[in-house]
Parts: sequence; C-alpha cells; structure tokens
Amino acid sequence: MASNRSFLRLWGWPVALAILTSIGLLSALLGDNVWDGLSWLLLGFLPLLVLYYLRKAKRTRL
Amino acid sequence: MVFHEEIDHLTEKTNRDIAPVGHQNASLDAMVLNGLKVHPKKVVRFISWDDEEPNSVYLSLTDSLTAPPDNFEIIEMNKSTGAVARQLAVKEGVMYTILQLHTDLLMGIPGKLFLGLMGILFIIAIISGVVLYGPIMKKYDFGMIREGRSKRLKWLDMHNLLGIVVLIWTLVVGLTGVINTLSDVVQGLWQQGQLADMTAPYRNEKPLHPDSLYSVDLAAKTAQAAAPDMKLAVIAMPGTALSSKHHYAVFLHGNTPLTSRLLTPALVDAKTGKLTDIRKMPWYVNAFFLSQPLHFGDYGGLTLKIIWALLDIMTIVVLISGLYLWVLRLKAGKAQFVRVEGKQVFFQEKEVNHGI
Repeated sequence: MASNRSFLRLWGWPVALAILTSIGLLSALLGDNVWDGLSWLLLGFLPLLVLYYLRKAKRTRL
Repeated sequence: MVFHEEIDHLTEKTNRDIAPVGHQNASLDAMVLNGLKVHPKKVVRFISWDDEEPNSVYLSLTDSLTAPPDNFEIIEMNKSTGAVARQLAVKEGVMYTILQLHTDLLMGIPGKLFLGLMGILFIIAIISGVVLYGPIMKKYDFGMIREGRSKRLKWLDMHNLLGIVVLIWTLVVGLTGVINTLSDVVQGLWQQGQLADMTAPYRNEKPLHPDSLYSVDLAAKTAQAAAPDMKLAVIAMPGTALSSKHHYAVFLHGNTPLTSRLLTPALVDAKTGKLTDIRKMPWYVNAFFLSQPLHFGDYGGLTLKIIWALLDIMTIVVLISGLYLWVLRLKAGKAQFVRVEGKQVFFQEKEVNHGI
C-alpha cells in the first residue's frame, strides 16, 4: 500500500532508532560485560550515523 | 558531570592506607570509635560502602543526628584494620560546586524543583519537535542535509536529523532528570509511608541512650543473614531520618548492575539486636534509584560515559540550532509585520491623498 510505504519512509528510521536506543539504554543496566558491549554498540551507533550523514552532505554539496 | 568520578580521581591525593591486612574485616564498632577520635564532638550518622572501593568503609559524621543533610564530614576507613585512612574532602573543589549547581542551582529544594520544571519544559519541547518532524520531513528522505542552499535550511535539516536521532536518549535523560529533582519528595514519602509502617510498633517507646546501643557490627551481620545474597550498602544509626530511635536501618543491595541500584531496608532493634523487619522498597523509591544511572550514564564503564558525552554534545547542537531557527523566525515575523504595516501606511496615505 502506498500509504504504508510513505509511513515507513517517514517513520522507519526514527522508530528503528528508538528501539535501538531503548535496548542500548537497558542492556548495560540489566547485565555486565557482553551487555555493556551491546549498549556501547547501539548507543555509539547514533553519533556515527549523524557523522555519516554530515559527510554525505558535504560530498554531495551542490 | 558525566566524568565526575574520573575528574575526582585525577584531582584527589592518593596518600591513604586501605591495604588489606589478613582476611578479617575490622569490627564496625571499632571503626566508629576510631572515627570519633578524629572528630570527638561529632556523632556517626551513616556507615556506607562503595562497590568501587572494596577495601574501604566510609563514616559520615555530623554535629547532631538531626542536623541538616549537608552537615557532614566523611572519613574513609581501612576495612580490615578499622583505622582511619583519610578524611575525604567531598565538599571542596570545583566538581562539588558543579554538582550542587546542577542539582539545585545552589538554592536548595526550591532550586531543585525549579530545575525539575525546566526538565518538564525540555520534554515538552522535544515532543513538540517530534510533532513538527512529520510534516517537515514528509517529502524528504531521512538524513537529508541541504548543503549549499540557505544557512537556515542547512540548520533546519541538522536540527531535524540530530533531534530525531537522539530523541529517545534525550527523553530518558530529561525524564530521569525530573525524577531526580524529586529526591526530597521521594524520601519524605518513604519516611511517612514504609518506614513509619515498619517502625510503628516502637512509636511510643523512649529513645535509647547512646551508650546502651547494641553492637552495630552484629546488627549488620544479623541483617546480612536475613538476605545472604545481598551486600551492605548503608547503615543509618538509630535516631536519624532514615532509621528510628530504636533501630539500626541496614540498607542492603544486590550484585547485578540493576539490583545493586536498589536498596532493601532491614531494621534491627538497637537494644536487643533482633531483626524486626526487612522489606523491598516501594516502586516509587526503586524508580528514583533507577533514574540516577539513566540520567548520569555511569553504569557501563568509561566507554558508555564517552558515548554519553557525545550524545550530550549532539543535544546541545539541537538546542542551539533550535534557538537559531527560532530567532530567524522571529526576525522573519518582524519583517513581515513591517511589510504589512508599511502597506497599511501606504494605503492610508493614498486614502488621505484621495480625500484631498
């Protein structure tokens, strides 16, 4: 469905990031070692993602 | 604030003797006596332990058991010898001031509640931002930043991208920050609720004489025997706001990252040494305890703290770009107003001219 596709296009990333962030925030609280590592990966992904889009914008500058 | 432990460690002098001697722990009663030798006019209000410092026990001394919470001195004790290791300078230094500033703007409970209100406004601002994200981004792809067009468009896109990426994190840090400002409310509710309930049978008894108290060391062991898989966190001496005039309140905590944040109060009769009650904390106290790590990010090592700082920076960029966009909007609004106003003046002049 077209409306489904446009919903995913708009909210797909934000919802996915919300889920990743929630798991990242909780995992280090609920466990140690591996769970700390999972937390670092998921939360560390956020600044990396922003960095990726910033660099992409610089590259494709008009 | 995120790195306060590391900064404290950098700035503190490390000449203290906490090296363990043998496998025995010194008696807590001996520690209290040793501590009182350093401050003969004070009394011990709390005894506490720190998971990061397994060889130390901390005594919190105060002028009187009912003195305000900020009336205290902390001495670090050697856990195995019971000797004084050093006096802690917790109330000195820049970090202490910054913490106070961050907690209550140096204005006590009103300052704290004011910051709580700011936190609520912060959360409302975030939610309103999400509401705007939909219509603005409807026709565009996630992550679009329009470089090389107007400065306003570029910063609008940055604001949207960074804002939506850090959305949940900012909501969690904001909400837990608001909960942290309610510390006095939470403590009051617990004192009047669970603690009053647990100590109700002793309400009408006379206070115990300080010299006739049961051994605090044995009281701690009694409490621990009731919850063998838990560790000692804090002991409140009889007569404090967190115990009763007849009880040692022994607060125990668990071993996992989660349960180590949650305290379980065990009350030990300070005359007979019998355990009178042990309970789980009510949900609102546990919610408060869990709000602290989720606000400060101090629960996943130094790596998590660094990520926390990066997310902090991203949030600051969102705030500043938001402010920038708002100022532009304000200016645009004024310009529009001037244009409309100008037209009106123009038409009025025309009419006047016609009139002539």
